Amino acid sequence: MRGFLSVFKRELRAYFSTPLAYVFLVIFLFFTAFLSFQRNFFEMRQASMRIFFSNLPLLFIFLVPAIAMRLWAEEWRTNSVELLFTLPITATQAVLGKFFAAWSVIALALVLTCPMVLTVCYLGDPDPGPIITGYVGAFLLAGAYLGIGSFFSGLTRNQVIAFVLSVVVCVLFFFAGSPTVMNYLSGFLPMNLVEAAESLSIESRFESVQRGVMEVRDVAFFGLLAAGWLWANTVTLGQRRAMG
Amino acid sequence: MIEARDLRKSFGPIVAVDGVSFSVQKGDVLGFMGPNGAGKTTTMKMLSCFFPPDSGTAAVEGYDIVKDPVEVRQRVGYLAENAPAYDEMTPEAFLKFVCDARGMDRARRTAAIDRVAESCAVTGVMHQPIGTLSKGYRRRVGLAQALVHNPPVLILDEPTDGLDPNQKHDVRNLIKKLAPEKSTIISTHLLEEVDAICNRIIIINEGRLLVDSTPAELRKREGGELDQIFRKLTRGGRKARVAGGVS
Repeated sequence: MRGFLSVFKRELRAYFSTPLAYVFLVIFLFFTAFLSFQRNFFEMRQASMRIFFSNLPLLFIFLVPAIAMRLWAEEWRTNSVELLFTLPITATQAVLGKFFAAWSVIALALVLTCPMVLTVCYLGDPDPGPIITGYVGAFLLAGAYLGIGSFFSGLTRNQVIAFVLSVVVCVLFFFAGSPTVMNYLSGFLPMNLVEAAESLSIESRFESVQRGVMEVRDVAFFGLLAAGWLWANTVTLGQRRAMG
Repeated sequence: MIEARDLRKSFGPIVAVDGVSFSVQKGDVLGFMGPNGAGKTTTMKMLSCFFPPDSGTAAVEGYDIVKDPVEVRQRVGYLAENAPAYDEMTPEAFLKFVCDARGMDRARRTAAIDRVAESCAVTGVMHQPIGTLSKGYRRRVGLAQALVHNPPVLILDEPTDGLDPNQKHDVRNLIKKLAPEKSTIISTHLLEEVDAICNRIIIINEGRLLVDSTPAELRKREGGELDQIFRKLTRGGRKARVAGGVS
């Protein structure tokens, strides 16, 4: 716990002692508002946040890898990884400490969108269910993307490579269930594998969450996705260290 | 105390460390010498548990580097080559982080940071980002980080590299002053440094241990000055390798 907390605190401070967190927060808040209003947030005349939430998965595809790309690539580039892994900290503690620090920045970004909720509540009488599940779902979705971002950041000392690879994989997971991908896959894969690919789709899962339906398996899906990538992150960090 | 037994480590086809064994007792300052690429840094990284050896092991203060890396790290102060640190942090925040990670409570932490800031002469730059510091200050911040928990074992990879002559002198005096209570390994290319602070010397080349002796004994046995002996011992290996390659 001590190792986790020390890494978590250091990492969180690093976000705010450089412009990174501020740039992220401003860009995120700007785009969430801009995309919502552009898509007739008011003209719909419905007291709901659906438009706001529907933009988040795509926005996160770019913004979450942007916040994750430095997590490990920076350590490799400056060689501070050698300092970190000669402190009495386990790799798991370090990986989780960094992950939760980045996740906290994203959580803060989501909290700062509260004026949207207040506006909707002021103008009408919205159903709180979809708003709550929307926020929880967005937070979990960001965690899953962050796991992917942290993994690729651990593979390279180059932040741009980490960013590009993370975006590509996030896109793959997001569109896994879309008709185009399904048609393509069914051309050469047996049906049960195509269905398996569809079940990995983030898009369809997030859609049900936005409607206010959140099942245990949705939470488990995002949680397992993040945990799986973080586990791979820990393993590859050990292997990279052993390679010198 | 450090007890290394038959340490081996390869990176792909390159054998970096090839069966190195030695021991360091409390009070020893071991000068670790060898040409660039001889395996000094790799050996030090294994002893400080950055990565495990391919085979062989070592005990640091009774803990095995393969089985108990976290316990070993708790007892080792390690200064890596080029003194890596987090550039955006100030030395004060950086040392606090290291103390936190090492589980030191607040009272102990404040006293420890004051102590190392003074002994490593970084008091004047405690509030400047590390990224803006000169090479000499940066290295001394790294040294402070290695000493802050008052470890029984010190592993310092070129601790005086990049320091001016006065700073070199100060750091050597500091190591000398701490030495009686600790087991210390320093790697260096400076033969005068070995003479100044080390009571033992190890020379390795191409991953193999060539000499494990004291500076005085080595001089007596081989005859001549340390730099001549160093050249004689370490050039042989390369010549033999080149000759082998041609045939």
